[in-house]
Amino acid sequence: MTATREPRTPDRPPADIVFDHVVKRYPGQETPAIDDLSFTVRAGETCCLVGPSGGGKTTAMKLVNRLIDFDSGDITIGGRSIRSVDVTALRRDIGYVIQQVGLFPHMTIAANIAVIPNLLGWSGDRIRARTDELLDLVRLDRAFGKRYPAQLSGGQQQRVGLARALAVDPPVMLMDEPFGALDPITRTEIQDEFLNLESEIDKTVIFVTHDIDEAIKMGDRIAVLRQGGVLAQYGTADELLAHPADDYVADFVGADRGLKRLSLRRMREIVAPDGLPDGATEHADGGVGPSVDADASLRIGLSTLFAAGADSVRVTDGDRVLGRVSLAQLQGAVSGSAV
Amino acid sequence: MSGLPAQVIPVFSGTECSPDDPLCWSWVTGNWDSVLAPALVQHVYITLIAVVVGLVISLAAALYAFSRNWFAAGFSGLSTLLYTFPSLAFFIAFVPITGISLTTIEIGLTSYTLLLLFRNALTGLRTVPRSAIEAAEGMGLTPGQILFRIRFPLALPSIMAGVRVATVTVISLATVAAAVAPLGLGKPIFDAIHTLFDTELVATGVLTILLALVADVVVLGIRWAVTPWLRAAR
Repeated sequence: MTATREPRTPDRPPADIVFDHVVKRYPGQETPAIDDLSFTVRAGETCCLVGPSGGGKTTAMKLVNRLIDFDSGDITIGGRSIRSVDVTALRRDIGYVIQQVGLFPHMTIAANIAVIPNLLGWSGDRIRARTDELLDLVRLDRAFGKRYPAQLSGGQQQRVGLARALAVDPPVMLMDEPFGALDPITRTEIQDEFLNLESEIDKTVIFVTHDIDEAIKMGDRIAVLRQGGVLAQYGTADELLAHPADDYVADFVGADRGLKRLSLRRMREIVAPDGLPDGATEHADGGVGPSVDADASLRIGLSTLFAAGADSVRVTDGDRVLGRVSLAQLQGAVSGSAV
Repeated sequence: MSGLPAQVIPVFSGTECSPDDPLCWSWVTGNWDSVLAPALVQHVYITLIAVVVGLVISLAAALYAFSRNWFAAGFSGLSTLLYTFPSLAFFIAFVPITGISLTTIEIGLTSYTLLLLFRNALTGLRTVPRSAIEAAEGMGLTPGQILFRIRFPLALPSIMAGVRVATVTVISLATVAAAVAPLGLGKPIFDAIHTLFDTELVATGVLTILLALVADVVVLGIRWAVTPWLRAAR
C-alpha cells in the first residue's frame, strides 16, 4: 500500500467464464458427475457453487483449470475455449486456492508467492516488489516473507494462499472451500477481508462452498447443484431466497430464508425520513428507543427491535439520525416476494 | 596372550610397549604419522566415494522410479539382493574382474548403500503433503517441476536419514574390505590380528568408532544446512 508499487503488474481485465452444456462422466459410473451444465459467470463477478457432497461442485470447478477434463460441451474464458490453450499456460493464468492451502513447506512465504513469477522468468526486482505488494494486499506484515509456512497460523497461511494465487494477477480465480478449515472467528474475518479485497482487484471468481450462508455472503450469484451435477438454480442470493426454483432449492437455502434475506439488505436502503420538523435534527445520543447503524443489515435491525421490545428503531449514520424503521417496514422489505 | 613368546611383537611397535598393555600410548604417537593417519585419510575417502556414488545412483534411480512402478520394484529388489550378500564374499567376488584395488572395494561398498539410500529417497519423494501437490498442479507446475522443485526438496530429510545410516554402515564395512585390498583403517586391524600386540587393534578400532561418530555429526550438520524449514520455530 506504500510507495514501492512501481513495477506492478498491469491490472488485467477479468473475463467471463461460460459453461456450455458441459458433461463429465467417470468411467464405470452410470450417472454423469456433471450433467449438461450451462451457466455464465460474468466478468468481475463471484459465483458461489453450492450443493450437497457428491453434487459435483468441486468437479465443476476443477473442469475450469482442467484438473478434470470434461467429455462434451465446452468451457470458455473470455471467449476462448479452455481446450484451445496449453494446459500449463491455462493454469498459470488462473488463481487457485484450496481449503488445505497447500503452501510448499520448504519455501519461505516470499518464495511460495513467487513460484509462478519465477517460472515465468520475472526479474528479481519485479518479484520482490510484487511479493511486498501482495503481502500488503492480504494484510500480512512484509516481515512474514522470510518465514516458513509452519510458522504461520491457519488464517495467515490462507492469506498467503490468496497472495500466491494472485501473484501474476490472473483474470480468473478458482477457490475450493478456501475458508472451510478456519475457526469461525478467523473465517468471518478473512471473508470480510476477501470481500474488501475483491473490490480492489477485479476478478472473476468461482467459489466452491457447502455453506449456504457463506455463499450468500460471498457470491454475487449462486449456482445450486443437485446430485448428479445438475444445475438446480442459478441466480443472486436474493432471487434464490425469494423465489427458490423448487423444493430442493428451498430446502437447500433453508427454512429461515426470510431471515437470510434480511441479511442481504442494509438499514440505509429502507429507512424513510420520519418527518422530523425542518431544521430539527434528532441527535444520535439524544432521542429515545433503540438505534442501529445505517450500514447494519436488516437482520441486525430486526434483532435490535426485538431485543428492545420497541415498535421502531432509529437509524443512525455517525451523529446523524437518518430516520426510523418500523417492524412493518422490515416485514414489507422481505415479504410479498418471499415464500 | 601374555604367556606367549615376545618375538611376534611387530617391529614398528613403540620401544616401551609391553604386549600386556591393551593401549600403549607411545605406540599410538609413534605410529600416528606412518600408520594411523594415512589409514584414516584413506578410510575417509573410501567412505566418501562409496556414499557419494551410492547417493548419485540412488537419487537418479529414485527420481526415475517415482513414476515407474516397474522400475521401483526392480531396483528395490536388486538392491535388496545385493544387501543380502555376505560382505567378504562380495568383495572377493569382484577380485577376478577388477583386481585387488580400490575399485573392487568401492563396488562392494557402493552396492551396500543402494538399498538404504534408494528406499529412503523414494519414500521421501512419495510422502509429500497431498495438499502441496494439489496446489502445485492447480497452479500450473508441470510434473517435472513438481518432482524437482517440490518433491525432491521435501524428500531431503528422508534422504539425509538414509545418508546417515549408509555412512556409518560404510565406515564399518570398509574395515572388512581391507581383507581384499589393504586400504583404510581395516589394514592396521588385519595386520594386528596376526600379532599378539593389542595396542594397534585397539587404537585402530577406537579410531574407526570416532570416525563413525564424527561422520554422523557431519551428516547431521549437512541435513541441518539443507533443511532450513525444519528448524524454523513457530
